[in-house]
Amino acid sequence: MSDDVIKIRGLSKLYGAARAVDAIDLDVRRGEIFGLLGPNGAGKTTTILMLLGLTESSGGTVDVLGFDPVRQPLEVKRRVGYLPDAVGFYDHLTARENLRYTARLLAIPRRDAEKRISDAMENVQLADVLDKRVSTFSRGMRQRLGIAEIVMKKAEVAILDEPTSGLDPHATHELLEMIRGLKKAGVAVLLSSHLLDRVQSVCDRVALFNHGRIALMGTVVELANQVLGAGHPLLVEASGIDIAGALQGVEGVQTVVAGGEGTWRVVADRDVRAAVAQRIVSSGGSLTRLADLQPSLEEVYTRYFQEARHAA
Amino acid sequence: MPRSKARQGSPFTGLGPVFMKEFADHLSSARMTVLLLFVIAFGAFPVASSLQELRTVSAADPFLFLRIFTLAPERMPISFALALNFIIPLMAIGLGFDSVNSEFSRRTLSRVLSQPIYRDALLLGKFLGGLATLAVTLTALWLIVFGAGLLLLGLPPRGVEVARAACFLMAAIAYGGVWLAVSLLFSVIFRSAATSALCALGLWLFFFLLWPMIAEAITLGFAPSQIRSAEEFLAVEQMGFALLRLSPGTLFSEAVLGLLNPETRTFGSLLPAQMRGVIPGAPLPFDQSLLLIWPQITGLIAGMIVVFAAAYVIFQREEVRA
Repeated sequence: MSDDVIKIRGLSKLYGAARAVDAIDLDVRRGEIFGLLGPNGAGKTTTILMLLGLTESSGGTVDVLGFDPVRQPLEVKRRVGYLPDAVGFYDHLTARENLRYTARLLAIPRRDAEKRISDAMENVQLADVLDKRVSTFSRGMRQRLGIAEIVMKKAEVAILDEPTSGLDPHATHELLEMIRGLKKAGVAVLLSSHLLDRVQSVCDRVALFNHGRIALMGTVVELANQVLGAGHPLLVEASGIDIAGALQGVEGVQTVVAGGEGTWRVVADRDVRAAVAQRIVSSGGSLTRLADLQPSLEEVYTRYFQEARHAA
Repeated sequence: MPRSKARQGSPFTGLGPVFMKEFADHLSSARMTVLLLFVIAFGAFPVASSLQELRTVSAADPFLFLRIFTLAPERMPISFALALNFIIPLMAIGLGFDSVNSEFSRRTLSRVLSQPIYRDALLLGKFLGGLATLAVTLTALWLIVFGAGLLLLGLPPRGVEVARAACFLMAAIAYGGVWLAVSLLFSVIFRSAATSALCALGLWLFFFLLWPMIAEAITLGFAPSQIRSAEEFLAVEQMGFALLRLSPGTLFSEAVLGLLNPETRTFGSLLPAQMRGVIPGAPLPFDQSLLLIWPQITGLIAGMIVVFAAAYVIFQREEVRA
């Protein structure tokens, strides 16, 4: 058996005549964090629900940890943890009682369950509110409680739907740390999001959804190369000389575009930072900033959808 | 490898935990306290009045104990059995009207269904949890009435009276089950708890107030203009009864009549030929009474199953995403 925990082949979902998911292929490897990105309504949640057997597919096959979610949903759901978009808990119960209910549904023996619940709550830093009612919890605490449920379940795969939506920056940061923690524990994580910069920082690979199809798939750098073109983008801030003219002569530089306020965006086919700095200084200019521009997913995303719209 | 489409694993996996949670939730909820107060207020008054009247009765009545349930006191023309006829639907609707749609509105449904259970177990667990709550409440009420009767009448019930009263309790629970299934069905159909409650209560009012009149109007409309023979009269009467019996309340009140008034031989008219050899006012033996009301009990249970099945089918097709 290969190292893929999730294998999707030609998966489709029709709502009437509308194709919510249109023949997608996707693999998630053991121990990686995989991001499903795309605008709302692109088919991310539908794909997730089909992985769990909560919605029937209209075609194609899915294999989760060697089980078919349509025929063997119980086996799949026993091994996969799911954190839905804006997860809900029973407000009139405490965090412990909520997790205890899940533990009973999972048929975890009682004594074992208590230990696992307190360990999981420790893990997500909610141990001090274990016996507080969930109605007093903030949104971030509920999301963390959802992660605690996955930890308690000892899931091999965690599927998180928009885990960071509606959270403040601090809570988002904490949650992403917990997602990294899941990965460290050997859990494969599949998460969907439209918050790109956040996702970029945790995902090993991403797939870009558009109208039910996977438009692009790979690491962030691969996607950037595909959409923005190969090359090393640089940000140069300098004054005193004709920067564009000076830099055109540097070997490897392909384009120099003025970015306004004394900045230029330089794209080269290799790392030309040293040569650029030398050229500016030696021609008498004053170099105030020279930065390697990381390809940002946001840029990839915006550019891709602009192009897609133009093409349409 | 050929793949069968059948899903694997028992549909009842996880039924126990769901049932226990629903049962515990119901018993500890504020709603339950309100319902209990309601039941006690509506149940206690007829019982107290009928007990007062019964204490002054001196005539020997072999079924004195059962009269507690059926006697309509002069001051308040509602017997305990009649009071139950409209309290039970209210209780059942109160317990069930938000059972499924609240899982949607609290956004807990997809999280619970991502645990290793089928939807079957969730729905059945919810239904059985509500039914158990209803059964516990009605049994407690029944025991209170029984105890009050023992204390105030100072007369122990005979074995056959206890048996008849116990069957009455069973019929009451089955009647509650029908309305619980109805409210569960509405809670599956409507995402808004208020709409679901309104529809269930509307249906209850329809059957309670309007249906007897509508059934009569339909019967009169179909009846021949002149009834010439006893057979014709009976046929018309049968049709009227058949229509009325579509209402679970009718089935329940007939079952109560047959069980608690042992003199009841039929719910309609008897032809003179059928009356031959009958001692007027003589009670039927218990097994004969049971035989008389058997169709009513079966009808109630069948109704419960049919409505639950409808809720089940709709719930299976429902999309999980909110």
